[in-house]
Amino acid sequence: MIKTDILIIGAGPTGLFTVFEAGLLKLKCHLIDALAQPGGQCSEIYPKKPIYDIPGFPEILAGDLTKNLLEQCKQFQPGFTLGERAENIIKNEDGTFIVTTNKGTKHHAPVVAIAGGLGSFEPRKPILDNLELYEDNGVEYLIKDPEKYRNKKVVIAGGGDSALDWSIFLAGINADVTLVHRRNEFRGALDSVEKVRDLKNKNKINLITPAEIIKLQGDKKLESVIIQKNEKNTEHITDYFIPLFGLSPRLGPIANWNLEVEKNAIKVDTFDYQTNIPGIFAIGDINTYPGKLKLILCGFHEATLMCQSAYKIINPGKKHIFKYTTVSGVDGFDGSRKEAKKPVVQAINN
Amino acid sequence: MSEINLCIKDRDGKTHNVTAPTDMAMNLMEIIRSYELAPEGSIGVCGGMAMCASCQCYITSKHNLPDMQAEEEAMLSEAFNVKDNSRLSCQIAITSDIDGLNFEIAPE
Repeated sequence: MIKTDILIIGAGPTGLFTVFEAGLLKLKCHLIDALAQPGGQCSEIYPKKPIYDIPGFPEILAGDLTKNLLEQCKQFQPGFTLGERAENIIKNEDGTFIVTTNKGTKHHAPVVAIAGGLGSFEPRKPILDNLELYEDNGVEYLIKDPEKYRNKKVVIAGGGDSALDWSIFLAGINADVTLVHRRNEFRGALDSVEKVRDLKNKNKINLITPAEIIKLQGDKKLESVIIQKNEKNTEHITDYFIPLFGLSPRLGPIANWNLEVEKNAIKVDTFDYQTNIPGIFAIGDINTYPGKLKLILCGFHEATLMCQSAYKIINPGKKHIFKYTTVSGVDGFDGSRKEAKKPVVQAINN
Repeated sequence: MSEINLCIKDRDGKTHNVTAPTDMAMNLMEIIRSYELAPEGSIGVCGGMAMCASCQCYITSKHNLPDMQAEEEAMLSEAFNVKDNSRLSCQIAITSDIDGLNFEIAPE
């Protein structure tokens, strides 16, 4: 069981900045994120896009903002559970919470901050009959353990970076790869496209475009797919079908946590961004209140105010006063200390 | 201020006649959201970067729309429920050229 003061669900900009603000109050944080890396949308959807409305940064790439936020909160030593989705929550008799992920990892904390942005990113599934029947029986949306595809027949569908990159990788471990895409053009990094073209010419990848998978076949387990190209259908024997059509955000299991939800967002009190369940806060794009704007800078503000209430829940009755970092410096949990240089007071003698 | 008229069919098949300002740098997706014609979180999820296809629509009137850029074309090639008249509404700016446009919001 992972124990922490504030359990943050979502490692996007708002979640990461919460670590810093909580750290100033000597509160330790642990973050859970469905994605394999921190940064949320900023690193998953638009790392190379500039953001122009972060105060103090006339222009910053979303990926660089993530890097800076990680650097800023580093001395408060946040823990991470990545690649797992927060699935359910239990409130204990003492008011603390236990949050379990889809992989069974348990987290215990007196305060939970949901900073889930648009929700958890789920794979976009193609519209095919009996798709559910074959899920985990040959149809897979995420490649977790590439080794299982070694020497197997794999059909990958999609036209973006992940379809290209995985085709290259799996061809490299002797999987029999067929890449199917609706168009002749791919929208991936230029060198990936060239690599796939090269592997195709060397007969290491079977490239079928413009084409589409229109049917899955097999008794209990996937045995073949029907590929439609130029209105002609062909059966293709395969062990696996991996559709890689990107990720789309869903509120997901959080929708069943008995939180008040309005317009796909969690209702909060603007005093401290607490939800209808005391001890559970919602900050950043995932919350809603009159006048709400989904902006990173609003998430930072909400995280800061939320931490003040979190402190009172975690340390009932214990005095503290809000302090400026310029005056007090920053004491990291790693023993580091940042502070302003002391002014030199010295008389100038005549 | 100049305004244009749009006729939008929502996902339940209901038709809405709305007006849209041409001087606020808005696009069709933002008009749908501003009139709340689709639930928040089900449209314009990526914020208008042609990266999610949640704002796909079908153009049903004969207007000359600006050509698709590579990003829009690529996204639609991976989206579902795509038809010949599919466009990403976030990529179509509100200008006087599209006055009277009719379109339908594609299913989620």
